[in-house]
Amino acid sequence: MTPPQRRRRQSREQPPPEPVAAGGPKEGEQKNPERLYILTGAAAGGERAPIDLVTLIVTSADPPPTATPEQSALLRLCRAPLSVAEISAYLSLPFGVVTVLLTDLLTAELVQARAPIVRQAVPDRSLLEAVMHGLQKL
Amino acid sequence: MDFKSSDTVPGPRAEDHLPHTTQAAVKIVIVGGFGVGKTTMVGSVSEIRPLTTEETMTQAGIGVDDNYGSDTKTATTVAMDFGRISITEQLVLYLFGTPGQERFWFLWNGLFEGALGAVVLLDTRRLEVSFDVIGRLEERGVPFVVAVNSFPDAPRYPTAELRGALDLPEEIPIIECDARRRASSREVLMTLMRFLHSLAVQHVPA
Ligand SMILES: Nc1nc2c(ncn2[C@@H]2O[C@H](COP(=O)(O)OP(=O)(O)O)[C@@H](O)[C@H]2O)c(=O)[nH]1
Ligand SMILES: [Mg+2]
Repeated sequence: MTPPQRRRRQSREQPPPEPVAAGGPKEGEQKNPERLYILTGAAAGGERAPIDLVTLIVTSADPPPTATPEQSALLRLCRAPLSVAEISAYLSLPFGVVTVLLTDLLTAELVQARAPIVRQAVPDRSLLEAVMHGLQKL
Repeated sequence: MDFKSSDTVPGPRAEDHLPHTTQAAVKIVIVGGFGVGKTTMVGSVSEIRPLTTEETMTQAGIGVDDNYGSDTKTATTVAMDFGRISITEQLVLYLFGTPGQERFWFLWNGLFEGALGAVVLLDTRRLEVSFDVIGRLEERGVPFVVAVNSFPDAPRYPTAELRGALDLPEEIPIIECDARRRASSREVLMTLMRFLHSLAVQHVPA
């Protein structure tokens, strides 16, 4: 039996179209959680990075009396470092809702964010070797 | 919003807490069609019980107050299972099992852009499901390997034939696996890491 054959698409050199949010992007509208940015605390010069699924969040203060139930729950969860994905899973809240919650908590300095290590154009060999070593122990 | 009281939210078990020394995370994406074994693979290597994060895709009524008109919106919930592997006291790896359709990918910020690489998991009974995924990864420059999940009644093709069908260059690894077995799934991840490492070595300045 012969497998089906993949055909490469013609316009491969063109960059993929930017995803457009439903309703179309509106100038100056920042409701989309993809456009929320947080302080990473790591980069020099106060550079901002988006909240990633694997940004690690650590609680740095007790919940203030004004904290909402969601905020209190998040602050309780992150006494040990926890990824945004895990926060979303444990709180049963969509990722976008968690990023909005975190933006407020970061502004109020109730939590700290540890930015993920992302893929570089030139891969970091020592990082890859560390991961391989970790997988070997599995 | 209907929200459980913070005292009742089940958090991670004590043994699932990351150490305070954990500085950063990296991620790998396992992408493939429905039922191809993504969740199984995540679960077989994860140190935590696989968890689910979801995002809601709203088709209409964006920006409308949640208390009003909620019945006029059509919302699609897209779920993604994930797991975790501690690498060192400072570094942790997350694995995401992601649906194959690209329209879901941008729901999660930088899911592919930030990933070290991807595993395209495929089932030879529905090979064509992976064609679009492979094309998208190529376009986005996301390095990937192909893992063929061996279902018992699936056709088995020689690797060369599969490579031809998928139109993949010689350097991209294609391996068979059984996503239910930890050793097999770990070997898939090791294959990806070795492939990424080979790319890094190529980049060493002369
Ligand atoms: N025989 C066999 N069954 C598998 C394998 N991997 C997954 N399955 C089964 O296939 C079904 C779908 O797997 P699942 O991980 O939920 O697929 P997903 O939709 O890609 O997350 C489940 O019933 C699994 O038990 C495999 O390697 N071999
Ligand atoms: Mg699944």
